[in-house]
Amino acid sequence: MANILVYAESRGDAPRKIAFEAVTAARALADATGGGEVHAVLAGSAGIGEKASLLGTYGADVVLVAESAEYATFARESIAATIAERAKSGGYRAVVLGFSAQGRDLGPRVAARLDAPIVSDVTEISVSGESLTVKHPAYANKVIVTLVITGAPVVISVRPSAFTAVETPREARTESLAAVPATGATITVTEVKEGAKGRPDLGEASIIVSGGRGLKAAENFKLVEDLADAFGHAAVGATRAVTDDGWRPHSDQIGQTGRQVSPQLYVAVGISGAIQHLAGMRTSKTIVAINKDKEAPIFKVADYGIVGDVLEVVPALTAAVRDARKGH
Amino acid sequence: MKIAVCIKRTPDSESRFKIAPSGSSIDETGLKFDIDDFAGYAVEAALQINEKAGGGESVVIALGPDNVQESLRKAMSMGVDRAVHLKADAVPADGIAIAKALAAELAQGGYDLILFGKHSFDASSGVVGTATAELLGIPCVTAASELSVANGQGTARRELEGAAELVTFSLPAVVTIDEGVARPRYPSLKGIMAAKKKPLESKAANLGAVRMSVQKMELPPDRPAGRIIGEGVAAVPELVRLLQNEAKVI
Repeated sequence: MANILVYAESRGDAPRKIAFEAVTAARALADATGGGEVHAVLAGSAGIGEKASLLGTYGADVVLVAESAEYATFARESIAATIAERAKSGGYRAVVLGFSAQGRDLGPRVAARLDAPIVSDVTEISVSGESLTVKHPAYANKVIVTLVITGAPVVISVRPSAFTAVETPREARTESLAAVPATGATITVTEVKEGAKGRPDLGEASIIVSGGRGLKAAENFKLVEDLADAFGHAAVGATRAVTDDGWRPHSDQIGQTGRQVSPQLYVAVGISGAIQHLAGMRTSKTIVAINKDKEAPIFKVADYGIVGDVLEVVPALTAAVRDARKGH
Repeated sequence: MKIAVCIKRTPDSESRFKIAPSGSSIDETGLKFDIDDFAGYAVEAALQINEKAGGGESVVIALGPDNVQESLRKAMSMGVDRAVHLKADAVPADGIAIAKALAAELAQGGYDLILFGKHSFDASSGVVGTATAELLGIPCVTAASELSVANGQGTARRELEGAAELVTFSLPAVVTIDEGVARPRYPSLKGIMAAKKKPLESKAANLGAVRMSVQKMELPPDRPAGRIIGEGVAAVPELVRLLQNEAKVI
């Protein structure tokens, strides 16, 4: 039986989806050790504590609320210090975070502070006696590595969407946790630029419509946007060729050197399916490809392929999807 | 400015991989190795920062067996001034153990800026750079997609999910480099010749305790073979029917 500490990340005034997934993973890990407690750190500016009960829904027994004016933006050094201090004094078996922009930064900091081993981007966790075993997709998702880690605590960052948030409601006790100030020089956030409003993040979207060079011109990306709108709450991605050409921002790139995604539905529009791109989306549940070249490698992974001119097929698909959803 | 770049030697990311008979590593037969993609961006970023400032020194550091010297020479052929090889029989799976060895080396170097790739292709963990900064007690920007450094101050951009943050920091600092910062140059023939005479110091790596090991490596399950359902606009109704009734995503 062992307690697990989990960082439930927030942005603005609410925990993010990855926070509920991390709490779910921590709950499962605590149960696997024989039923320890899950203690969730919820850090943010004044008022974030009001969201503590949400974490109880996903299995947190205790929510440790660290409120600080400094936490209005991502105060990485102080948050890492706060998590590490709590981990030291609390005697936890593991510290769980999400492998998100925040977690990628905090995980190594916490591990270095604790002198603890860290495993990143984990998709499965199991316990066997004194050791933990995890699975981690490496080599840009081309190889699945199983790692065995000894000692405690172990810092574990979980891959977004790998652990589906499961409700196991309980009344979480709330405690306040003093924010530990950073020691030494820190980095200063001067601005947070919000992305396109109204679209989910690529890592969190259940449907992604993505465009490649087959669209022929930047202005034809509108067809991809329109199809995403027809599906409802869909995200828009792009290939590296397209982001290199400046048709779309670099942050939209899906592939080995960009975002790695596994939505329920991935629609590849005018994408040939270079290895670099496939590495970023091949774990999607259902893949649709529309491309004029029937020999394109994307058709080898597509559950449903249409050979044709995207400039004709995509508008027709957009209209048909819109009609189909109206029928619901 | 004195800049260190910590690099890793990794297999060509476009390769098809096979698992070795041991079941716990990849089969390296026939694979091409080079400076890791993100580390290559870091090398280029270092060269550009010093070129823009009109001077300075760049040092490339790698930990691992003797074959990493090939990557160190490559970096020097691109223009890095000298190299440090931290010898180890293998690169361990434990990123904190690596960070300790690098921090021990970097602490005495008097570097203004220390660059890493945001993660390596093979381990895909993104631990070493940020952990090294923490051990050194200096600021770290993790996964910068834009970077500029001048007069003891740096500014960078980090991509967040659906947003981006702009940050400033003082030197010395660590920055781990995301794609977008700089495309690495190809070494010139002159650069390749010059690199042969540049200093490469080799010494034992002072690794921390290694607390994790690879038990197994396996290839991910294959997707079922793809299926073309039709051609042109005429295939659209069938696609929508399949998305509704079979995939159940509409």
